[in-house]
Amino acid sequence: MRRIYLDNNATTPVLPEVFQTMSPYFGEHFGNASSIHHHGQETRAAVERARDSVAMLLNCRAAEIVFTSGGTEADNLALSGLTVGGDHMITSTVEHHAVLNACKHLEETGCEVTHVPVDGRGLVDPDDVRRALRPNTRLISIMIANNETGVLQPVEEIGRIAAEAEVCFHTDAVQAAGKVPIDVKRIGCHVLSISGHKMHAPQGVGALYLRKGTRLQPLFYGGRHERSRRAGTENVPGIVALGKAAELAMQGFDRGDDRKMSALRDRLEQGILTQVEDAGVNGEGALRVPNTSSLYFGDIDGEAMVISLDLKGLAVSTGAACSSGAIEPSHVLMAMGQRVDRARASVRFSIGKQNTGDEIDIALALVPETVARLRELSPVHRKTVVS
Amino acid sequence: MSDPRTIAVAMSGGVDSSTVAAMLRAEGNNIIGLTMQLWNQRRLAGYEGMPEKVTGRCCSLDDVYDARRVAQHIGIPYYVVNHEERFERDVVRPFVAEYLSGRTPIPCSLCNNHLKFDQLLVVARQIGADCVATGHYARVGYDDARGRWLLKRPADHSKDQTYFLFGLTQEQLAHTLFPLGEMTKPQVRELARKHGLALAEKPDSQEICFVPGGDYKRFIDAYLAEDGEALPDTAGELVTANGEVIGEHSGIHNFTVGQRKGLGVATGSPLYVIQINGADKQVVVGGDELLYSRTLRACRVNLISVDDLREPMPVSVKIRHRHEAAAAMLEKIGPDQFLVTFDQPQRAITPGQAAVFYDDEIVVGGGWIE
Repeated sequence: MRRIYLDNNATTPVLPEVFQTMSPYFGEHFGNASSIHHHGQETRAAVERARDSVAMLLNCRAAEIVFTSGGTEADNLALSGLTVGGDHMITSTVEHHAVLNACKHLEETGCEVTHVPVDGRGLVDPDDVRRALRPNTRLISIMIANNETGVLQPVEEIGRIAAEAEVCFHTDAVQAAGKVPIDVKRIGCHVLSISGHKMHAPQGVGALYLRKGTRLQPLFYGGRHERSRRAGTENVPGIVALGKAAELAMQGFDRGDDRKMSALRDRLEQGILTQVEDAGVNGEGALRVPNTSSLYFGDIDGEAMVISLDLKGLAVSTGAACSSGAIEPSHVLMAMGQRVDRARASVRFSIGKQNTGDEIDIALALVPETVARLRELSPVHRKTVVS
Repeated sequence: MSDPRTIAVAMSGGVDSSTVAAMLRAEGNNIIGLTMQLWNQRRLAGYEGMPEKVTGRCCSLDDVYDARRVAQHIGIPYYVVNHEERFERDVVRPFVAEYLSGRTPIPCSLCNNHLKFDQLLVVARQIGADCVATGHYARVGYDDARGRWLLKRPADHSKDQTYFLFGLTQEQLAHTLFPLGEMTKPQVRELARKHGLALAEKPDSQEICFVPGGDYKRFIDAYLAEDGEALPDTAGELVTANGEVIGEHSGIHNFTVGQRKGLGVATGSPLYVIQINGADKQVVVGGDELLYSRTLRACRVNLISVDDLREPMPVSVKIRHRHEAAAAMLEKIGPDQFLVTFDQPQRAITPGQAAVFYDDEIVVGGGWIE
């Protein structure tokens, strides 16, 4: 069976160039980047080159990049590192669990957290952020792109509000990095998280941009790695890979890869919507990253849809899986005011750099026939059709 | 066997359903492993009287882990499907409501009727399976003469689970496989070992899956507390069969017909709960002899081996899972209401439990005791 992977917001394959660049650092160049000898110097140089590349991707200085084990660690480091008990922070209802659950933990340690809502398109109103400010507000954390819908938040406006109020602004850029150009200066953020495996580097590496002069309490205690902001021997192959992935992302923007990707996504989306009745886009009317399409199909159980498509070789996803692997109704779609049944009837397609037009054609053939079978065998659908 | 069939196996993470998956796979079928996520065990953790740590079995991460490992071992696709909302609506809520009205419910039958052989079958067919196989000990087959699908007791009567399966419709039976129907438990464990399943020695589960430690009273308290609902006051009088008040009780949901312990009254001879009157919150107690009755009414009856009952039929009837089926006459007295008249009086016929009618090995049908 030919397998087609359209779940790139979950993770992406490591691109061949990235793999090639990182692989010498498992064997040939194995040194500890903190060692003073030749082996250490070799890997230190590689880590710093990668830091330069990531800094260039985000338009910041290399010294402002802290490598982490991934997006979740970067988010946790930002939130825990910038707040203390008694502080107030502002976030949104549609953040990733890495932010939402870190906030929950902060609340337990005495912080107050305000969750600003989103509208039906999934957008935060910057005025809501402004209104939520308090004298003790220390941090605002609003994502750039949502993992489920791909909706882009008005982060530059929020950055201006943060600057006026002299409040730290963190943005989770995990789903934006590599998909849309990111400029920390235009956004006006103090901290920003990215993850390697969402942009064709491997799992287990990420980075935090930390604006110079922003004081941060580390999560780990140990050696003075990453300028004492993140203790622990560097994941050199991962960091090298993240650097290479950043370079490839920049080259991609120069070539117009993002436009090509949105053309593929739009073809998939429009193709499905013209063939399938009672279907629509979650986040319609908002700007989105070019690779994501969250669609709902009336009277469909998204879970059954994902399983059916997987059994036919097409990998897509729905909502967020809980620890058992079962699907819970998406907190993002619910926050957008959708009813549970519509949230449950939604499926996410997300494209990666490796996907081809040919694969989109196959997906366009599989999805409508699968929806038809699911509806034919759905007691709910039969009832609605009869009545 | 002709063309390979696509079979969804309902995998609980136990030995029985794991063995079903392994044996059907070995026969050359396309197998899809499915586990239903029905109840979040952590949900009520920490409520008064509930364990801080998760001890219940239902949908525990350990069981999902075990099922997933089996699926990986035998090389089949495996998915967890979330039916928590439906389980709560169709099983947990009615379970609590039944106890609060003085009845003794069987959540397993509700789960089979509403989840395993309904929702799961729908999902299984939607994703391309022809039928669902489970690890129940029962037999199913089509009877040409009657033109009906029949549910039969398994070869190993000591493991018989047909009592919990009386609600299956013809449509459901037509799409259900019980591959363990001809086997004994030791044979199943042996087969599990033969297939190299690491859980071949895993102990059987007995208690109600979503009630930690089997303490349903605490479960009800915690469940209502979570919803912000106060436990309704179901306390009332303890009376004798003659209507004489001999004491008070803490709430009708704490009692089951036939119960002897915990009545809080001391008399010369042992006292049992004879009857629970939900309407006036009375618990009627009396001597053992008063527990016996010759008749019961079954409502919401589902018939399996026959499409209707036009004249009284001699059957044997089980009134609880561990009850030895007793000879009786079955008679239809309403659209889905039946009267059972036993040859010999039966002890502790309990409202809320099921009465399941057998014609020797064949399940005629069953209903809920009124």
